[in-house]
Amino acid sequence: MNRTAATPHKVLCRRSDLVDDSGVVALHDGHQIAIFYLPRGIDRRGEPAVFGIDHHDPFSNANVIGRGIIGDKGGEPVVASPIYKQHFRLRDGICLEDDSVRLKVWLLRLEGDQVVLER
Amino acid sequence: MSNQDATFNHDQPSIDTNRKQLVIIGNGMVGHYCIEQLIERGATAQWQIHVFGDERHRAYDRVHLSEYFSGKDADALALGEPDLHRTHGVALHLGVAVTAIDRDSKEVVTAEGRLAYDSLVIATGSYPFVPPIPGPDTATHPQARLVYRTLDDLDAIRQQAAGARRGVVIGGGLLGLEAANALQSLGLEAHVVEFAPRLMPVQLDEQGGAALRERIEALGVGVHTGCATEEIVATPNDAYAYRMNVKGGEPLDTDLIVFSAGIRPQDKPGRDCGLETGERGGIVIDDSCRTSDPEIFAIGECALWQNRIFGLVAPGYTMARTVAGCLTGEEAHFNGADMSTKLKLLGVDVGSIGDAHGATEGAKSYRYIDEAGSGYRRLVVSADGKKVLGAVLVGDNSYYDTLLQYAQNGIALPDDPASLILPQNEGGAPALGADALPDSATICSCHNVTKGAVCSAVDAGCADLAALTIDTKASTGCGGCSALLKQVFEHELEARGVAVDRSLCEHFAYTRQELYAMVRVEGIQSFGELLEKHGQGLGCDICKPTIGSILATCWNQPIMDAQNVALQDTNDTFMANMQKNGTYSVMPRVAGGEITPDKLVALGEVAKKYDLYTKITGGQRIDLFGAELHELPDIWEALINAGFETGHAYGKSVRTVKSCVGNSWCRYGVQDSVAMALELEHRYKGLRTPHKIKMGVSGCTRECAEAQSKDIGVIATEAGWNLYVCGNGGMRPRHAELFATDIDSDRLVRYIDRFLMFYVRTADKLQRTSVWRESLEGGLDFLKAVIIDDSLGLGEELERQMQHVVDTYECEWANALGDPEKLKRFRTFVNDKCGDPDIVNVSERGQPRPARADEIQSLAVEIR
Ligand SMILES: Cc1cc2nc3c(=O)[nH]c(=O)nc-3n(C[C@H](O)[C@H](O)[C@H](O)COP(=O)(O)OP(=O)(O)OC[C@H]3O[C@@H](n4cnc5c(N)ncnc54)[C@H](O)[C@@H]3O)c2cc1C
Ligand code: HEM
Ligand code: SF4
Ligand code: SF4
Ligand code: FES
Repeated sequence: MNRTAATPHKVLCRRSDLVDDSGVVALHDGHQIAIFYLPRGIDRRGEPAVFGIDHHDPFSNANVIGRGIIGDKGGEPVVASPIYKQHFRLRDGICLEDDSVRLKVWLLRLEGDQVVLER
Repeated sequence: MSNQDATFNHDQPSIDTNRKQLVIIGNGMVGHYCIEQLIERGATAQWQIHVFGDERHRAYDRVHLSEYFSGKDADALALGEPDLHRTHGVALHLGVAVTAIDRDSKEVVTAEGRLAYDSLVIATGSYPFVPPIPGPDTATHPQARLVYRTLDDLDAIRQQAAGARRGVVIGGGLLGLEAANALQSLGLEAHVVEFAPRLMPVQLDEQGGAALRERIEALGVGVHTGCATEEIVATPNDAYAYRMNVKGGEPLDTDLIVFSAGIRPQDKPGRDCGLETGERGGIVIDDSCRTSDPEIFAIGECALWQNRIFGLVAPGYTMARTVAGCLTGEEAHFNGADMSTKLKLLGVDVGSIGDAHGATEGAKSYRYIDEAGSGYRRLVVSADGKKVLGAVLVGDNSYYDTLLQYAQNGIALPDDPASLILPQNEGGAPALGADALPDSATICSCHNVTKGAVCSAVDAGCADLAALTIDTKASTGCGGCSALLKQVFEHELEARGVAVDRSLCEHFAYTRQELYAMVRVEGIQSFGELLEKHGQGLGCDICKPTIGSILATCWNQPIMDAQNVALQDTNDTFMANMQKNGTYSVMPRVAGGEITPDKLVALGEVAKKYDLYTKITGGQRIDLFGAELHELPDIWEALINAGFETGHAYGKSVRTVKSCVGNSWCRYGVQDSVAMALELEHRYKGLRTPHKIKMGVSGCTRECAEAQSKDIGVIATEAGWNLYVCGNGGMRPRHAELFATDIDSDRLVRYIDRFLMFYVRTADKLQRTSVWRESLEGGLDFLKAVIIDDSLGLGEELERQMQHVVDTYECEWANALGDPEKLKRFRTFVNDKCGDPDIVNVSERGQPRPARADEIQSLAVEIR
């Protein structure tokens, strides 16, 4: 394991693995990443969007975020934890109910058929 | 724990220099409770606790002392775990009296020596008062002056009762009657002599005392009121051992005498060391239960607060909590206590609330007297007739709780106050409606939020439910209280004249009912379509599942179809119930709780193969816990092959129909309750509803299936079935109401069809039938008119809608297993076949369960 620079891109999965308006989970280097897919973007009019965010829910200490319902709060896309229902912003991972809690976000990109992790 | 086998010598108190010393005098009910409260607050970290009790038994339940004569021994009456003290390093000194307190050196003195204290709690209780009536010497005639307070006292009574025929109790109060009961249970002819003109003079008024007297005499106990015992004479040569000469009555012959003429606070240790005491006894305390020496507290029956002694255990417990709080740096106060009581004396219900005597100026009373049944109820109301001040109950305490709420919370009286004490035709005493809940009523038990706290939050400006939950934390625990919270919240807003915004959420400015109508009338088939036409934004975790449920009820589309999948919460999405560690539980349908041995074996095999924890649920079926997402399809494949179908335990839908075994086996059964349960469960399975629906069917009036606690309850009669509706178990139990009697099976099904569909149409989201029913204007009569008399002309339509749902039923799991596209979702990771590495189980009682955080940590240490 002597790689000096981190691989710039990594393909996490295919687009066909994604579920419209919902989440799936990918494993990356021991990290569990929830991937949410909005086929027509956050305004339901635009280009497809993908969001990557920690799958681990700090409130329940279980890996469940990727199985939450997504939607928006005041136009800001969020996911609701399926256990205790806190909301996390998809863009920066901040918890709406307690802004001292923040999930790590992972920058993802769609490249043709592939879902690519930026860093 | 390393010091687990350290021997703690109870007789030689060790001094621990790191911790402060706390000494408690008295190991009775209150002293013991104080220790439990200290332990609960982690006080043993700062305090080395020593307890002295002069009784030889460890603390026991004095309130139930009389059960010592009806089969319970000292162990059965004991309070707390036997090794509580040892476990928590509390030194317990039994059979050791504290003879003096030395406040100068801050030490207590016992026969064992001296022990220093930093803080001291006196919990010495009280002792029975024995009036100085002339008579033979107690030392040689113990049976002439027995008392009734401790286990040792009861041993003495038992010993003296051997060979005796008659016993007299002096004192006709609460304890005297208990003592009389005890004498009777020992086979003696029992008499009660009371100085006052009636029994229980403190708690009861004249008629109440008279009704009680009748009941007690009917039990064979002699009652002599208005009698003062003047002298006890030993009569060794007569038929009975003693003669009591009584002023105001005939002399009374007896073999033994128990004194129950009141109690006196045991304040000697405090008095002797100069603590302030009351004129008639009792160690004076302030609101923090501190005595005149701030290092010394007094609690329980020895304490005098605002010139009052509290001779009940509950106020003592409140004092104990106050002291435990003070000693652990919590803000805690004792603010007095309510002395209302309800008891069963000699099997007779007696209740006394607040101002039972109507002593308040201008108080008016309502009385209900049942001479035939020796029942008596009195309601004391304020001069303006608006509030309950007090009440007396003899013969039936089912009125007690409601009356107490009225009295304690100042709830406005109904138009006809007498209705509160009049016999109710059905179901006993009247209950309070949801909006009449007192401020002290707990709304959220997880976070201990009362209605009062909700009101204050609303007063402080909480204008929406989200703000309220952040402010009070209510409904952020298990969430079970959210429906009640919403109801109370909206009621409070309306009461303040604020228009209640009933929008479903920020994406839809409509109620669930309105959306249901739109979907149906406009034939809307998907969430996207509804959002496009009537909503805005992306939707959220509130509107998506609600609308998913509406679409499912209206069109019965499989919830796993692509357009529906994103609407469901995780339980519906994966057709299993998510548990705290992110795994799921699987619950196949076991209709009516009837299961063949083969199926039972199949369930066991699946559980074994996938290492699932199995538990029988309250709905008469078997839950298999701990399956990971990617295991669900295989598990279901095995279950479906064994003949199972999905149980809908994950959905807001019809759950189970609980049934008793019915007339095929039960000797009392009058109908086949199992067959009816199967019919109902198979008819309504899969129906999506605003909240879960539970049903029950009993084969006769004995009601073994507890159908009256269900949304729909069916009870067999000789002539057919009785239908009950809108019951509820859970957090806020509600008795189902009788809806129709002696109907045949066809009619039963028709009514239930209509009822369920009407509920689906008109209920709010997540509103159980019980809450829905309470919110229906027009109440049960309206509901009967709609369902039975078809007053809205909806009957046929409702039935047709139900039939559509029934006809299009399919097992969602069978549907999903047949579709590889749907199964794609059942992957823990889309790019790896492994399971979630963070899921760790430990074994308990031969089954797996999720490891706790500390266990995971120690496992990790072992692995390293
Ligand atoms: C038969 C009976 C029925 C009752 N029924 C009810 C009821 O239905 N509801 C209700 O609320 N209450 C009832 N009570 C009252 C209730 O039991 C008391 O309110 C409660 O026990 C008071 O607790 P306490 O700790 O203050 O006193 P106690 O329980 O009396 O405890 C005090 C302890 O301190 C010990 N002690 C005293 N002096 C010393 C000393 N110097 N050194 C060491 N130890 C000492 C005593 O031996 C005793 O063990 C009943 C009582 C009796 C006797
Ligand atoms: C969560 C559980 C527990 C907590 C928080 C706890 C806490 C404590 C504390 C604070 C003490 C120190 C008491 C002192 O010496 O002042 C103590 C002592 C002790 N504990 Fe525990 N304990 C727990 C469970 C147990 C269990 C399960 C056992 C035995 C089965 C046990 C046995 C003991 C014993 C024997 C002592 C020493 C008592 C003595 O001799 O002084 N404890 N415990
Ligand atoms: S299952 Fe038990 S712990 Fe869980 S919510 Fe119900 S009552 Fe509470
Ligand atoms: S409800 Fe009646 S029929 Fe059913 S088990 Fe009980 S006694 Fe038997
Ligand atoms: S969250 Fe309120 S009772 Fe659990």
